[in-house]
Amino acid sequence: MQALLETDLQIHDREFLTIVGPSGCGKSTLMNLIVGLFPASTGEILYRGHSQTGVNRAIGYVTQADNLYPWRTLRKNIEFPLELRGVPAAQRRERSQHLIQRVGLAGFEESYPHELSGGMRQRANIIRTLAYEPEVILMDEPFGPLDAQTRLILQNQLLELWQEERKTIIFITHDLGEAVALADRVVVMSARPGRIKTIAPVPIPRPRDLFEIHADDRFRETYRALWMSLEEEVKKGAALWQPQK
Amino acid sequence: MATAEMNRPASALPPGAANVEDDLKAWAAEERRAKWKLMIVRVLLAIVLLTIWEYGTDRWFDALWFSSPLRIARHFMSWVQDDLLSHLVITLRETFIGYTSGTVLGIAFGTLLARFQFVGKVLDPFILALNGIPRIALAPLFIIWFGIGEPSKIVLAGMLSFFLCFYATLSGLRSVDAAYISIARVMGATERQTFFKVVLPAASPWIITAMKVSVPFALVGAIVGEFMAATAGLGFKIQLYTAQFDTTGAVTGVLVLMVVVIMFNTGLNRLEQHVLRWRPDNSVAGGSEVQ
Repeated sequence: MQALLETDLQIHDREFLTIVGPSGCGKSTLMNLIVGLFPASTGEILYRGHSQTGVNRAIGYVTQADNLYPWRTLRKNIEFPLELRGVPAAQRRERSQHLIQRVGLAGFEESYPHELSGGMRQRANIIRTLAYEPEVILMDEPFGPLDAQTRLILQNQLLELWQEERKTIIFITHDLGEAVALADRVVVMSARPGRIKTIAPVPIPRPRDLFEIHADDRFRETYRALWMSLEEEVKKGAALWQPQK
Repeated sequence: MATAEMNRPASALPPGAANVEDDLKAWAAEERRAKWKLMIVRVLLAIVLLTIWEYGTDRWFDALWFSSPLRIARHFMSWVQDDLLSHLVITLRETFIGYTSGTVLGIAFGTLLARFQFVGKVLDPFILALNGIPRIALAPLFIIWFGIGEPSKIVLAGMLSFFLCFYATLSGLRSVDAAYISIARVMGATERQTFFKVVLPAASPWIITAMKVSVPFALVGAIVGEFMAATAGLGFKIQLYTAQFDTTGAVTGVLVLMVVVIMFNTGLNRLEQHVLRWRPDNSVAGGSEVQ
């Protein structure tokens, strides 16, 4: 089964790029290719001009399921990537404590993941990746399973963190509103087999107030233009779900 | 924002409770009373059962069949002053040595087979066949191979623990969520780090549960070995009493074993709860601890 067709995408340094597409368009496949968790059948992934084989350690990956280690406390989870790098305990502690406070998880350092809410776990998931400062961070629908209000709060926090840490973020979502609100550029993918259909810049200045952005004319214009592009693909994607003989 | 998500027990209190602390105190006192009540009823039940047993002996049934609580108590007192302790020490020593070597070897072999997947796959059907043997049935053979002394009991106790730990380790390591491993690799874990920091802890509930279940099994192994052929140990004494139709002695031996197993299980359940406290469901599952 071919999941992706002719996917050609240049990602700029320190940009916030969002990728939207109908369900099953190969978004997650693209992610796994970029990280190097499995190899492309044809073509190659160039990272800073060099062909990439195997897992690319310069790229962080925030998955939809939080994948926190249940046997580690919140703090120990955040410090995990630093532990792998042999960072001394005092420095690990300092970094994790800063991030934990930054996203309002102070007081829960010694809690185990099952004792935290979905929103708290997803915040921990994101700062775990930020902790070791990869140059590029991929996020695969990290706010997918959360309720609308928690999502909004976490989106805002993510933008603040991004402004502070200035990493390149590639953010996958099926929610066009989220894609436009967060991004410098939005990529629309076609239905399976996935292909890049449209790439559009979002002309809204930063810092953005996500609580008010939906009323912004530029937001609405960009949203409408991209929705026309996406709508067609969503319908095509839905057609694929018809019962097959 | 974080406070909005804290799990405060607010919902457990009536709305507008004037004094929350008083309510909490009343609730705690209620809990304590319920606990005491439970304990008292349990003790009463035990007394009733023991009385029926004692009263019924030689009235409704012959003392030869079940002995009686007073006889057992008297026998226990004299046995303690005689050689109960030395027999108990022998049985426990066999159990301990067998258990320790069995679990260590079982975990080591399970780890090796999970690590070297090809070897593991080759050996899978053989392991399945081995697993089909009712292991206690090997006990007589072990007496032939290792003699009637302690070694045959140690091997028997060890074998029972070995297989439990071996299978649990193998299944545990094989069932680790692949996402945990991928995410560790993406974060930069080496093979070694992935194994020790992710795979092993993820499989630890399996391994720890097997280590816990192995303790009574190792004891059973030692006792069965002593039943077969031995010169000392609690199993040997129970066997000897039975052969002499000394029901009192045999039942006393069984009760001593019961107390030993209950003590082991209580300690092990506590230990398991502490080590696996990170698990969402760390209630006493399948444990025989009575609170």
